[in-house]
Amino acid sequence: MVQVETVLEVIKEQKGLRLAFSGRLDAKSVAGVWGQALDAVRRGGNISIDASEVEYCDGAGIALLWELQCRGVEEISGLKPEIAKLLEPFAEAKRKDEEQFRRKESTVETIGKAIVELAQDLREQVSFVGQILSVSLRFMRRPRELRWTDVWLTYERAGVQALVVVGLIAFLTGLIMAFQAAPPLSEFGVDLYVVNLVSLAMLRELGPIMTAIVLAGRSGSAFAAEIGTMKVNEEINALTTMGLDPVRFLVAPRVLAGVLVTPVLTIYADLLGVGGGLAVMMGRGYPLVILWRQLVSAVEINDVLAGLIKAFVFGALVAGIGCLRGLQTKSGASAVGISTTRSVVTSIFFIVVVDAIFAVVYYAINF
Amino acid sequence: MGQDAIISVQGLTAAYGDEVILKDVSFEVKRGEVFVILGGSGSGKSTLLKHLIGLFPLVSGEVRIEGDNLATTAGAQRQKILRRFGVAYQSGALFGSMTLKENVNLPLEEFTHLSVEARDVISWMKLKLVGLENFGSHLPAEVSGGMQKRAAIARAMALDPAVLFLDEPSAGLDPITSAELDALILSLREGLGMTFVIVTHELPSIYAVADRVIMLDKEKKGITAEGRPQDLRDRSQDPYVRRFFRREAE
Repeated sequence: MVQVETVLEVIKEQKGLRLAFSGRLDAKSVAGVWGQALDAVRRGGNISIDASEVEYCDGAGIALLWELQCRGVEEISGLKPEIAKLLEPFAEAKRKDEEQFRRKESTVETIGKAIVELAQDLREQVSFVGQILSVSLRFMRRPRELRWTDVWLTYERAGVQALVVVGLIAFLTGLIMAFQAAPPLSEFGVDLYVVNLVSLAMLRELGPIMTAIVLAGRSGSAFAAEIGTMKVNEEINALTTMGLDPVRFLVAPRVLAGVLVTPVLTIYADLLGVGGGLAVMMGRGYPLVILWRQLVSAVEINDVLAGLIKAFVFGALVAGIGCLRGLQTKSGASAVGISTTRSVVTSIFFIVVVDAIFAVVYYAINF
Repeated sequence: MGQDAIISVQGLTAAYGDEVILKDVSFEVKRGEVFVILGGSGSGKSTLLKHLIGLFPLVSGEVRIEGDNLATTAGAQRQKILRRFGVAYQSGALFGSMTLKENVNLPLEEFTHLSVEARDVISWMKLKLVGLENFGSHLPAEVSGGMQKRAAIARAMALDPAVLFLDEPSAGLDPITSAELDALILSLREGLGMTFVIVTHELPSIYAVADRVIMLDKEKKGITAEGRPQDLRDRSQDPYVRRFFRREAE
């Protein structure tokens, strides 16, 4: 098939300009004459359109004709009746003010909006924490009201099913630390202190942090996606109109499961991380009994507790943020994806911030 | 509020942010009536429904259900009002991780002290009412859209509410399932004396079930016509209303 191009002739007349179109005004060919036609209109004066030679016109062609009408073209002559009919519905429509139509947000507006959004998000987070605390108090008084089946199901999904990934990451972290630390320390003849380094780092910092990050990626995001999908499908609305509080019904079991599972996973990660370090040292020829004695002399109960306290807080944080982001989901499938991403990013951010606060507090109280 | 009115709406104004969707809307729904809210796309039908059931706060005005104002009550009193009505959402909004029977069972489990056996019997009966007694063990994803809508109605009826709100119940259904749903609404009204507030623009359903309709208009941001659908079709002074009911283009 031979493609007929749109041809535009700009003809000067006594009254002004005449734009004579011919050929096909379609999406493929109209792009070539769009700029030329608008340029002609911008020159001002009395402008008319002669469309008697137009063979075919699709949506793009109609858009061009309407755009030209909006910009002051007074007369379109020779348009075939079937094409004129396509233009009719727009005859009364008024184009939004050009400035408003193409208006771009200023930098100040963008910053202002971002600050307002941040403040609203903080307010929602504070309100959400309040709701969780209020619901927790209620469950302490009436534990039978909690949906324990959901708690154990979540516990299993977030805990048991995460054992492999948490274990592998912790073991490899301990292994890598030992591999990196052993050679420089051996130069000073103190490579046995690798055990101190690995065990303290795992128990106090890396065990809880790695576990919390894995939970944020696996379970926090799953909570956000699950609750977000429920929001999109109006299931949250259904709960609300049934008189069931979504925080009590959906959030509390997940947060409780998160709080219960994180310390257990942390202990497991600690053991495997230290195990990884010890495996490297055994590979360097140290007998297990020596390593064990070094470990026992290096680690105090405070070190274990310091990590476990963090693990409780991280568990609540990851589960709570996952649920909050799920409840904040707007409409549409993409909103679920956004909530999931936000839950992981916010969780990791708060894990690091809270860990820094713990570091300062532990240092201040010499814990 | 009239003596036989179960829902009274006075001066309702609803907005999303700065955009006012409905302005100063007032009407009453009588007990035992099938009351339909209709209008073109974007006229605020679903918005009105969501404000009636207390999902969104009103900008101004009040909604009273059996004389109680949902907006100004909280805690146990609010729970009490919420239990007077059931809502079946456009999408069904069934809980995807629960079977149809568990979905219907949920309100019974949460708000009654009935035994497991009694709850099972009641949920089976509710499913039977909507013709789904053999599908209780299916997950929502395992049944058709029409069956999901019927299951949602069964769940909304679980606590035998005085009012059932249905959001677009026949949208996307084939004509036979849609007609079955209409028959179900009428039989529930006859048998249980329920009041129905239905949001829809499916004309065959409106003619089949509606006692009275209000028609919302996007431009007016409120009610443009009120009455029996047949009367509005034949006698309305407003050409837009007549065209709407006759399904005629401009």
